[in-house]
Amino acid sequence: MKMNGAQMVLSCLEAEGVDVVFGYPGGAVLTLYDEIYKKGLRHILARHEQGAAHAADGYARASGKTGVVIATSGPGATNLVTGIANAYMDSIPLVAITGQVARPGIGTDAFQEADITGITLPITKHNYLITELQELPRIFKEAFHIAGTGRKGPVLIDLPKDLQAEEGEFVYPERVEMPTYRPVYEGHMGQVSKAATAIRKAKKPLIYSGGGVVSSGAHAELLEFSQYARIPVTTTLTGLGSIPCQYEYYLGMPGMHGTYAANHAISNADLIIAVGARFDDRVTGRLDTFAVNAQVIHIDIDPAEIGKNVIVAIPIVGDVKMVLRELLKKLKPGDTAAWCKQVLSWKKDRPLRYQQMPDAPLKPQFVINELYRLTAGDAIITTDVGQHQMWAAQYYHLERPRTFITSGGLGTMGFGFPAAIGAQVAFPGRTVICIAGDGSFQMNSQELATAACYNLPVKVAIINNQYLGMVRQWQEFFYGSRYSQSCLAGSPDFVKLAEAYGVVGLRARTVDEVPEVIKAALQTAGPVVMDFSVDPQENVLPMVAPNTSIVEMIGGDTP
Amino acid sequence: MKRILAILVEDRPGVLTRVSGLFSRRGYNIQNIAVGRTIEPGISRMTVTVEADRLTVEQVVKQLNKLVNVLKVSDLTDESSVGRELMLIKVKAEPEKRSDIQQMVATFRAKIIDVSPDSMIVEVTGDEGKLQAFMLMMQEFGIKEIASTGNVSLLRGGRTTREARG
Ligand SMILES: Cc1ncc(C[n+]2csc(CCOP(=O)(O)OP(=O)(O)O)c2C)c(N)n1
Ligand SMILES: [Mg+2]
Repeated sequence: MKMNGAQMVLSCLEAEGVDVVFGYPGGAVLTLYDEIYKKGLRHILARHEQGAAHAADGYARASGKTGVVIATSGPGATNLVTGIANAYMDSIPLVAITGQVARPGIGTDAFQEADITGITLPITKHNYLITELQELPRIFKEAFHIAGTGRKGPVLIDLPKDLQAEEGEFVYPERVEMPTYRPVYEGHMGQVSKAATAIRKAKKPLIYSGGGVVSSGAHAELLEFSQYARIPVTTTLTGLGSIPCQYEYYLGMPGMHGTYAANHAISNADLIIAVGARFDDRVTGRLDTFAVNAQVIHIDIDPAEIGKNVIVAIPIVGDVKMVLRELLKKLKPGDTAAWCKQVLSWKKDRPLRYQQMPDAPLKPQFVINELYRLTAGDAIITTDVGQHQMWAAQYYHLERPRTFITSGGLGTMGFGFPAAIGAQVAFPGRTVICIAGDGSFQMNSQELATAACYNLPVKVAIINNQYLGMVRQWQEFFYGSRYSQSCLAGSPDFVKLAEAYGVVGLRARTVDEVPEVIKAALQTAGPVVMDFSVDPQENVLPMVAPNTSIVEMIGGDTP
Repeated sequence: MKRILAILVEDRPGVLTRVSGLFSRRGYNIQNIAVGRTIEPGISRMTVTVEADRLTVEQVVKQLNKLVNVLKVSDLTDESSVGRELMLIKVKAEPEKRSDIQQMVATFRAKIIDVSPDSMIVEVTGDEGKLQAFMLMMQEFGIKEIASTGNVSLLRGGRTTREARG
């Protein structure tokens, strides 16, 4: 069929099953936006391209589908950069479509020209500049394929303005022909058998699982594995929700702000089975003290992750769901009774704790615990980055995967709110709560207009400690309490800010007000901003100082 | 240690940037790089020499394999392979020194490819050791300028790079 480049883009999106896109128009995508208008494709207009990118990311994390974001050339494209990097670090499938100046202008510093393929080279799984119209269908097919297969990630397509108006014949390829891109899904059977043997022989095994379990949808297999083999589990920040929090052998999160039980289990284990996790420095602490007593089995779809940070005895490259299924067939439980008893006693005796006195300033942990209690753990949670993120990870207990949406690898302040908008677009009927920092929220608070405009009933809970709290905490612990530039005096009144956008704003300062505010918010049909005025001095504990052993826990030793 | 990687890539715009960018981004230093065609249309070959230990190179190879335009990466260092580099040397050559230079050129099986009243250009091919030795000899006469290609390598015997391991 004959059509122009912009119509081709719409046809490609349709063929890929895309029913909603996030974006922001501009000169280099006018033709594309004209077709969006004519075709009536559902488009969520953000108020900043970064917001659009994070919303597409949040949509992808909540739904498991590939998110799509559109921006114009130059500043529109560069505003996507943080969002793309964020998706890259957490392996989130995203297709970013950017306008580019017309082909004759490329390389001339034309108005609003930026070399966005050059800029995003290290933060995309792959990217394309389309120079010939006939390549467009193949490139879109490949882009969606690359984004959503193997270790998932963002792909960017740069689309010159003149090409959008050029006419050509459209045929969408049925299959991709990419001899250079062939992810491995099936684990090597010999390695799987070896792993089964090692697991049966282990006396102190531990499962350490991550975001890969969520990505491959392997949560049921993971739980079965742990139950059948009687092996305790710890999950990383991006893996939270893949094991139900009530599960007996679940130890919580490991690492810098991990639980006593998880960190001590790692350090005492004789076998660590890493499942879709990548031994990030926030998990391992000082590498030469990490899991010194353990052999490592590492299951991951990305061969480059294996052996990157720790020495691996039994590597298994493959999709974690498929590998776990094969492993389950071969597995015989070992004798882990004594170990489990020990680990469960750590879990019982050294839980995470905080204290909320009735008349004292609000503790952030209490606020999050109330959110958990009043939503019966059934909400989709998104977070910003900082102390509140760690408290959310520690105190909002999760039952299901894809219900904890957080910026893990890049640690992007300002991610939570637009991500919540994306999650709400994916699941209009579910409760979506953004647990935000007062600093982080101000990085993308303009998206209040987006939530208001589409009446997306996102509930924002600002943990307002009047500080860049995590920075303040590090300054207190490691920089002699010299609070350099971490006080947020001069922040707006968030209730009034919400109201300025036509969004309901509520505030809680006391213990009694917390449940009232949360209940009122949950009963409101539209978006709500809740401002929780919390104790500015509160710290996230336990804490492992950077580059020390994860069993040297500040505030973790007193039961 | 010096390691030699042969990389087969799709001949697409920006591929060289993707490959070299990966090295610099992950902190690996490229000593030299040679790019040229292969007998397969649309496929280019890069020969990259890096200074790194085996574990580091293993990581580089895995990262390279993840680049969508990369077909095959193989570490030729531990395989039996032959490598050559071509160098052009512009050397000062006053008339009374010319026969000395010619003698040296003959010994190294190099070639004089340009002569002017006070200089010559010599072409020499070989592995790194031979080129080093030849340069040392030419320094006596005074080197004005050099240009070199960087190393290119092939496996010995019948096997091709595609058939090489890893
Ligand atoms: C975009 C960005 N800039 C800077 C940082 C560094 N940083 C990490 S946590 C943090 C403080 C966040 O403050 P807030 O959002 O109020 O959360 P709190 O720690 O107080 O809960 C900062 C500045 C970051 N992670 N992201
Ligand atoms: Mg704060």
